Amino acid sequence: MTRVFIPRDAAALSVGANDVAVAIRREATARGLDVEIVRNGSRGLLWLEPLVEVETAQGRIAYASITPEAVPGLFSDRFLEGKPSVGHLGLTEEIPYLKNQERLTFARCGVIDPLSLSDYLHHGGFKGLRRALTLGSAAIVEEVTASGLRGRGGAGFPTGIKWRTVLNTAADQKYIVCNADEGDSGTFADRMLMEGDPFSLIEGMTIAGLAVGATVGYIYIRSEYPHAFETFRRAVVLAREAGYLGAALAGSDQRFDIDVRLGAGAYICGEETSLLESLEGKPGIIRFKPPLPAIQGLWGKPTVVNNVLSLAAVPLILEKGPKFYANYGMGRSRGTMPFQLAGNIKQGGLVEKAFGLTLREAIFGFGGGTASGRPLRAVQVGGPLGAYFPEALLDTPLDYEAFTAVKGLLGHGGIVVFDDTVDLAQQARFAMQFCAAESCGKCTPCRIGSTRGVEVIDRIIENTERTRNLALLDDLCELMVDASLCALGGLTPIPVLSAVRHFPEDFDRPAPAPLSDAESSAACNPRTLSR
Amino acid sequence: MSPVTEVGMNGASRRTWDSQHAARIIEGLKDQQGASLPILHALQDQFGYVHPDAIPLIADALILSRAEVVGILNFYHDFRQAPAGRHILKVCRAESCQAMGCEALVAHLQQRLGIAMGETTADGSVTLETVYCLGNCALSPAMLLDRELYGRVSPERADRILAAAMGTEAPQVAR
Repeated sequence: MTRVFIPRDAAALSVGANDVAVAIRREATARGLDVEIVRNGSRGLLWLEPLVEVETAQGRIAYASITPEAVPGLFSDRFLEGKPSVGHLGLTEEIPYLKNQERLTFARCGVIDPLSLSDYLHHGGFKGLRRALTLGSAAIVEEVTASGLRGRGGAGFPTGIKWRTVLNTAADQKYIVCNADEGDSGTFADRMLMEGDPFSLIEGMTIAGLAVGATVGYIYIRSEYPHAFETFRRAVVLAREAGYLGAALAGSDQRFDIDVRLGAGAYICGEETSLLESLEGKPGIIRFKPPLPAIQGLWGKPTVVNNVLSLAAVPLILEKGPKFYANYGMGRSRGTMPFQLAGNIKQGGLVEKAFGLTLREAIFGFGGGTASGRPLRAVQVGGPLGAYFPEALLDTPLDYEAFTAVKGLLGHGGIVVFDDTVDLAQQARFAMQFCAAESCGKCTPCRIGSTRGVEVIDRIIENTERTRNLALLDDLCELMVDASLCALGGLTPIPVLSAVRHFPEDFDRPAPAPLSDAESSAACNPRTLSR
Repeated sequence: MSPVTEVGMNGASRRTWDSQHAARIIEGLKDQQGASLPILHALQDQFGYVHPDAIPLIADALILSRAEVVGILNFYHDFRQAPAGRHILKVCRAESCQAMGCEALVAHLQQRLGIAMGETTADGSVTLETVYCLGNCALSPAMLLDRELYGRVSPERADRILAAAMGTEAPQVAR
């Protein structure tokens, strides 16, 4: 019997992986061949999806961009023996894009059947948990602190320090909350992990629970991710049935369980206090801080709120020790980061590397430049609140501090490439428009400032008192940075000001033809335009 | 009712509004912590939208005021308070898809279906909506038709996908 791997990852499905699986099953049956189809996660070489792999004695052989029409040819060419055929790339592990990565968090993603516990155990699963069970709370927190792991959601706060605060806050109930509200455009690592290796996240959440004394975990998955939600929910049921969740965790006297919740289309719920409000069943209106969620979080109890990637990094840290993890990276950015190449990029996908890789190496070394073949003009790093960088800044290393130094942020590691057809004035306008559409409305700088921002940028584009309006935009941005309650209003000026700073020519063009009255009133109402 | 919250996205088959059935759904979910979102999702999953009659039912079950329930319903983009079309097409218009021409795709779909974003075709076949990010950013532009995700969506591919989904039910073409 031959094992054939066809991803079930949503990105692979989005370009026809299910049809390919059906075609392979049909062809194998017609030819009387014994084929086992494994629906794995994605390897993250997303531009090659659907990427079909065949298990051979030499290793797994990859066939890229397979269509149902190509399937009979694959069989005729004896792809089940790994022979050359359409899309043949040789050994998957030898594909440079993959070979040149440092896959720690994503080591199993795309390799295993995401819903097979035996696969997970076979590939080192639950070793971190087993060790954590022998260590005790304080020692787990110590190891995570020593690993240098910082929050992968964007803020970069040291995970171990957050955990220590929760550990040291006495309470009758504590919670672990996994933030899987991955709303930043250009990011998909959380989704890939939940679809490709969900047990690692379950293990990470469980270890966090042991570390701080929490017995209940919640994961908040955005509704735009129906596949991730389904896969993760099934994984939780499987883990519970096998004794890896619930009472007597993995045969110990500890308990931990996970409740899977679905978001409802609000970007702001990626902000931790808004997420907590949403979990409590309320509108996702952010909370004042302090008190920190670590002290008064979900239902007022001490709560660890961590991103998917932060929690998924934990099992390996516990398995191999903090030094192993901390040996990767540069400066104060330790370990690896799953970067995501997106937008106008030839070879889009997931690149997990130690911090310190430059933007240029990521975009050209891995990504192969633009998809359109036109010159690259701008790169937005870190989602809708991240800066737009020109070509001249591509040698910036991907590192928290290096990005702060160039007035940007690493965020969740999304890298969105634009070619020379982009208009940065429009991108700046969109940043304000997005903020207006997604603002929770609690604080004035964000709620009103973003709408005023759209209007000011419109006047700049229309060439109405351009110099004065550019000064006004600067002033407005300063106010939003200083006076907004959370990162949405506080960071929206980053893409706006970076566009003005690095691409001034886009704010200095002749005015376009004027809009009709109806169009301009719609343009002033960001909600009309955006949803 | 299974202990696992039955929630889901739009699309597929839906029941017509039935207060008694809604009350049973609410009853089955109300005892979990923070039950309002799971309840709203379950109702929308079942009926395609949250009927106004659900508001007092939820308020009573969760010991909230009706205004609080309306506040929750209005805050989240997902929840609709009137039926949508038989298919819901969400087109991503966030930065990654912008970089790959999603606005041209949006213009094409609006023209082809004869509706603006946020509207439903006159024959009730398709509701067209904006979404910010489907997490398919390496294969932009992306769209979600009911629960199916699509990547590298050119205008032509969008037409083929729509035609296939609707079978004989051809989309209304704008004159």
